[in-house]
Amino acid sequence: MTIDLAQTIANEAPAPVVRTRGVLRRSLRLWRTRIGLAITVALVLVAIFGPYFAPHDPSALLGRPYQVPSPGLPLGADYLGQDVLSRFLYGGRSILLVSVISTVLGVGGGVLIGLWAALSKGWVDNALLRGTDILLAFPQILLALIVIATVGPKTWLIVLTVALTTLPRTVRVIRGAATSVVEREFVDAARANGDSQLRIALVEVLPNVIGALGVETTFRLTYAVQLIAALAFLGFAANPNEPNWGTMVSQNSSALTLQPNAPLVPAVAIALLTVGVGLVGDGIARAAAGIDRGTS
Amino acid sequence: MSAADDGGRAVRVEGLRIEVAASGHDIVTDVSFEIGRGQVLALVGESGSGKTTAALALLAHERRGVRIAGGRVTVGGVDMFALDKRGRRDARGKLVSYVPQDPGTALNPARRIGAHLIEALEVHDWGGSDQRRRERVAEMMREVSLPDDPEFLRRYPHQLSGGQQQRVCIAMAFACQPAVVVLDEPTTGLDVTTQAHVLATIRRITSAEGAAALYVSHDLSVVSSLADRVAVMYAGRLVEQGSAETIFTAAAHPYTRQLIAAVPRIEVARSLAAIPGRAPSPGSRPPGCPFEPRCAIRIAECRERLPEAAVVGPGHTARCLRIAESKATLATTTPAPIVAGADHAEGIVRVGGLRAYYGDSEVVHDVTFAVARRECLALVGESGSGKTTVSRCVAGLHDGWDGTVTLHDAELPRSARHRTRAMKRDIQYIFQNPYGSLNPRRTVGQSVARPLALLGEDRRTVRKQVAGILERVSLPPQYAAKYPDELSGGERQRVAIARALVCRPKVLLCDEVTSALDVSVQAAIVTLLRELQEDLGLSILFVTHNLPLVRSIAQRVAVMQDGRIVEAGSVDQVLERPEHDYTRRLLADAPRLSDADPAPDPRAVS
Repeated sequence: MTIDLAQTIANEAPAPVVRTRGVLRRSLRLWRTRIGLAITVALVLVAIFGPYFAPHDPSALLGRPYQVPSPGLPLGADYLGQDVLSRFLYGGRSILLVSVISTVLGVGGGVLIGLWAALSKGWVDNALLRGTDILLAFPQILLALIVIATVGPKTWLIVLTVALTTLPRTVRVIRGAATSVVEREFVDAARANGDSQLRIALVEVLPNVIGALGVETTFRLTYAVQLIAALAFLGFAANPNEPNWGTMVSQNSSALTLQPNAPLVPAVAIALLTVGVGLVGDGIARAAAGIDRGTS
Repeated sequence: MSAADDGGRAVRVEGLRIEVAASGHDIVTDVSFEIGRGQVLALVGESGSGKTTAALALLAHERRGVRIAGGRVTVGGVDMFALDKRGRRDARGKLVSYVPQDPGTALNPARRIGAHLIEALEVHDWGGSDQRRRERVAEMMREVSLPDDPEFLRRYPHQLSGGQQQRVCIAMAFACQPAVVVLDEPTTGLDVTTQAHVLATIRRITSAEGAAALYVSHDLSVVSSLADRVAVMYAGRLVEQGSAETIFTAAAHPYTRQLIAAVPRIEVARSLAAIPGRAPSPGSRPPGCPFEPRCAIRIAECRERLPEAAVVGPGHTARCLRIAESKATLATTTPAPIVAGADHAEGIVRVGGLRAYYGDSEVVHDVTFAVARRECLALVGESGSGKTTVSRCVAGLHDGWDGTVTLHDAELPRSARHRTRAMKRDIQYIFQNPYGSLNPRRTVGQSVARPLALLGEDRRTVRKQVAGILERVSLPPQYAAKYPDELSGGERQRVAIARALVCRPKVLLCDEVTSALDVSVQAAIVTLLRELQEDLGLSILFVTHNLPLVRSIAQRVAVMQDGRIVEAGSVDQVLERPEHDYTRRLLADAPRLSDADPAPDPRAVS
């Protein structure tokens, strides 16, 4: 006998299913995500479009060192007498660009290796994890300092170093999230179908760890911003004379009481950026926790 | 049988109503029943019927998001809902106790068995002295047929088998001599032999301790060998109640009758009758009879009016307006089907001398069998017998094996990755758990279309074929856009079958495909597989632990024990004249539905 399903469906009362297509959309319903996103977007806009609104050339010497704010210099001058506002508006670009690129590289690589480890199991998994252990043994900042002190502060090198320190942490997280997914039978179904390892990783497994990936990306981005700012603070920027939030803090730190705008404005910007991205990550984490489709 | 004159030590549930806290929709509506001392009442229903929610109300426990909205539960003379938080805590364990579905999660892995039992007594200060409590523990261990020596009591839960763990849970539940014990499908995860022993234990201990038992289950066969009385739940209501004998031989409600008809019987090969449609979910239940939309003998009045519980016979009530018609027209058994004739000339798949390994240990030893065209071979055995491993080797999902597997006389490489497209296409696998075998983040259409990638079809052809195959498994084409979480278990399994069939395979490997499903859904899936086998000439390897089901689907059967095939032959021969001891034991332990209602009873119509 065949079952008349159309009949069955007609019998059922229309149950309105509110479908949330993704974790991201759902996370946007949370206030923490909205606030975080507002802060982040505001700072990104400052970093991108700031230079067009800068009143002065960021490298022009316009006043006395540490001159307090005046009508011509709304945030005062820094240690060389340069306009703090103009340097602030110029100084976000490089730090943001470098952290985004290195995070994308580090997280991207980490995802691939993490999924590879989870799908391979056995000795491949072990070898990959021990490899990440070695990288994890070095404190992030120390590893970065060693490499940069040896080769010199090149932008590409900073990107690569930050990516390299991001990678093992992402591997750990993604592998952890994926180990339970690879045990599910739909992965076996794909294997029985003869699908390639890469396809299984990207099409079958990755969508099921997207929550963890979203959280991980924002966390790694926060750390990248901090690390790059810290490197700049320690003087390892590609060009120390270029305006940069990190170098601004270090160059003007001695005038904290004299001309607090000079070190504090960039410091607060970095802090806010970290908080903003962190809030977004937290929102995604909360949304992801409630949306796992793999309920049984 | 009344509870009041039973020394007050029994259960009375009156007008129980439980709702979803957020929406106020009823989950359980107007449920009333009584259980006498030493009696077992089975609360039977399919998933979503509200049976567990109702049973937990005996402990005055509300599951998360659920609220007890009305009614009275009296246990041993105590009004459970009138108790405060502390009173309820005291009552649980002492007055009413609970045996969970999964003993593995109920026992603390870090504590010894003895500690669990002693604690159950100490919490209620039972017995007064440690000496008395130790004696009681030993007594309970004997009652559940476990060793009572200190050596055994010092073991940890993981050192016990699943059946032993469940016995410990049962001993804990009965330890303080409660008035009633609620058992929530306690044998679901166990093998048939273990299940038979645990059921016998429950039966014995209930009468020995003089406690009442409420046994929640979806498995009618289990219930028929255990319960004194049976209450059938549907869409949150009790639709029928009566003695076990009456329910299984002279059920009155159409739902009960059709549910019984959906249970496979070990004695005779018969097609299983599925119940069309789906049970209504809370909030969309009709105002009239809840079963009306799916009922074969409904009349206009059923839609408008909720039937009162009518007395059918002594202690037998049913909520139906059409009891006479139901008994006269709805058979609880259907005639035996014409068994498909296998094309025995040639085995399509032949497995020869198969040995499978996990690491260094050999788990399958020298297994040889063949499946012919249009034939279904059932591979039966208990968990750990290696039956699933065999099917995984054939599918190329497990590559640690020796021996030969041939398809059309071509030898298959070990791993699916090394097989040709045609080989992969010809052998398709359907997994046990339809909740795990579909990727939750891909639509039904995407999942079903995937095997077609092996054929390299263009997108329009793919879409057409997907729609066609969904129709073949009785799913409407718009299901292609749905995600698995929008589907019921039975629908998901249909999707899994569609995915396996879309590239027109020759061989289907089915791994316990109905074990996660309700009986009425199981009946529909088995019927579908039989049709497909007939129409498409499929060869099926059907892995299962369910012997009665074998009768309804397979032509030949191979019985596996400890990685070897101990007996093989035609289904009739093996199930009726088993030669191996192990087969005999499996058959003896398989739960049977004790029905004796082969044809509608003509006397009922007058």
